[in-house]
Amino acid sequence: MKKFLRVNMKDLKVTESSVPDKYSKTGGRGLTSQMVLDEVPPKCHPLGPNNKLIFAPGIVTGTSAPSSGRISVGGKSPLTGGIKESNAGTPFPQSMARLGYKALIVEGQPEDTDKRWVLKINKDGAELIQSDDLKGKGMYETIKILKERFGNVDICGVGPAGEEKMAMAGICFNDPEYRASRYSGRGGLGAVMGSKCLKAIVVEKVTSPIEPQDTDLFKKGQRKLVEGLRSHDVTKPGGTLNSYGTAALINVLNQAGGLPTRNFSEGVFEEAEKISGETIAETIKQRGGSGQTGHSCHPGCIIQCSNIWAKPDGSEHVSCIEYESDWSLGANLGIDNIDEIAEMIRICNDLGLDTIEAGVMLGVAMEAGLAKFGDGKAAIELLQEIGKNTPLGRILGNGASFTGKAFGVTRVPTVKGQGMPAYEPRAVKGIGTTYITTPMGADHTAGYTIAPEILSVGGKFDPLSPEGKAELSRNFQATTAFLDSTGYCLFTSFAILDIPSALEGMVETVNAVLGTDLSTEGAVEMGKEILKVERKFNELAGFTKYDDRPPEFMRYEKLPPHNNVFDVPDEKLDEVWDF
Amino acid sequence: MGFLIKYKIEGLLYELRAAHFLREVKKMIKVKVKLFATLRKYHPYPEKNKSFEVELPEGATLNELYKEIGINRKEIKFTFVNNRSCSDDYVLQDGDDIGIFPPIAGG
Repeated sequence: MKKFLRVNMKDLKVTESSVPDKYSKTGGRGLTSQMVLDEVPPKCHPLGPNNKLIFAPGIVTGTSAPSSGRISVGGKSPLTGGIKESNAGTPFPQSMARLGYKALIVEGQPEDTDKRWVLKINKDGAELIQSDDLKGKGMYETIKILKERFGNVDICGVGPAGEEKMAMAGICFNDPEYRASRYSGRGGLGAVMGSKCLKAIVVEKVTSPIEPQDTDLFKKGQRKLVEGLRSHDVTKPGGTLNSYGTAALINVLNQAGGLPTRNFSEGVFEEAEKISGETIAETIKQRGGSGQTGHSCHPGCIIQCSNIWAKPDGSEHVSCIEYESDWSLGANLGIDNIDEIAEMIRICNDLGLDTIEAGVMLGVAMEAGLAKFGDGKAAIELLQEIGKNTPLGRILGNGASFTGKAFGVTRVPTVKGQGMPAYEPRAVKGIGTTYITTPMGADHTAGYTIAPEILSVGGKFDPLSPEGKAELSRNFQATTAFLDSTGYCLFTSFAILDIPSALEGMVETVNAVLGTDLSTEGAVEMGKEILKVERKFNELAGFTKYDDRPPEFMRYEKLPPHNNVFDVPDEKLDEVWDF
Repeated sequence: MGFLIKYKIEGLLYELRAAHFLREVKKMIKVKVKLFATLRKYHPYPEKNKSFEVELPEGATLNELYKEIGINRKEIKFTFVNNRSCSDDYVLQDGDDIGIFPPIAGG
């Protein structure tokens, strides 16, 4: 990977340049976050001409490294007002990396906001193609049209929510079979892309892997990592992720009393079994037809945790029902019907919405009385309002925090304006510490302490105790920042946390690609530097330590069944940043 | 030497052996068990997603419960009792709600 591609949407020009030394030894999140700090004025309006959108495949993405087809997208978030990196698993960055692009930077804004543009990238270079016919089209149709128009390409784009600059709009990527299903969902980056009138990007599909600088070291590391992934009970073929998908966590968190239910008012959902990973896997098998478990989000994944949900008649409904969407649009709304959850995911995929933010928003909307908890049909209708772009739809489309303000709701589970994911901070205090302190706004993937707090992976911590959670969260956040830069899926961490040789192997593949001599400790240090960069941007954007605080209701409302409040003290939260 | 009396108080089963005087010999407890993911193959009944009751002598531990159900200990990663994670030597209480899991993770 040797090139940067810059797309200026103001004068509609595309330029290529070599990669400056400063950025040559990183990728993915490390690269997007550094470039956002270097190039985006922290005080700029996220939807204005000075924000930029940066796409970067991970360091090893495009090589034959396992489970590494990930792309980071960075910019200033319209949802949080801070820095954002949101990553997705898809074939798209594999092709992008194989064409030699280390980053794509989209900047500026066209004067004529009625037009729509598609960026076409192939081995001869890149060009912008006016494509006004795609205006307002859903992502399913957009991908279908672009596939017909451009042939063998990978695709990313925004749906109507992104074009309408709504703060919960994500950026959609195709899966291997061209479904509109893989999302850089969080933080509203779809609205940034929409604000630049860039409807989609098509990249010529390239399937032959990149040869790393040091082939021998790469093969050595790759072997160790593959062995680790193939032997760990969670990540191996036929393991729990592969057999049940991520939604196997529904029953786990429910048993732990930490499954946020009915807008974070309880920690146990009495109907959890009906929406569990076990039920999903069984129903997919029973219905037959197009349904599938063990689906892969990109070629070369060993874990294969995605799925395809079929309707009762066996025809395809949606991909995929993963834990977060299943929870946000299920337990969080008191909804126990998977077909209704599937329909909401389909709507989100089509309109271009983050399923987590959509579910958290709907929980707040139900709290406000716009629909009753448990009423799937009413929830579906509310989501459809977003697609109709009605005044109500525009309120909802701007996320949970905005909706809470509009309707005077005080139980609004957000940090820095971003909706909390599927783990209750009052029942699992390390993940709460991550939600609160990460520069991203409430984000479980930023430091997944659930592993030792709930899953007995990588050690064991008492989830209810506030003790030691700052250090735990800090360590996970640093490791994750590194991992998000490599291009490896976060789920490889389950194997590398338990199997030291797998971790070594992972770092060796990174060294083999970059020509570096990074140790495993050095990898964590690299992660810490990335966190500092992100924190710096947020400080310049106006954030202080007082923004690293939980929503107030979690300090005084006791959550059943443990009847705990969030009791990690403010000064301990601040200690996350003592490094 | 004496005769056996079985009786229930508040749902607890007592076995008493009457000799020269009545003496409590063994008190039984009942716990509710749920098995998850791959462990459902150990479920004794067809409806594998439902919980089932197990009766054990008072003082029995989780480890003894595993043996009673016949689960291979190596397949168990973590167990929740009344929403708290518990180790093998946890002493079961009457009415405990137990969820037993194989290795699971996700996001």
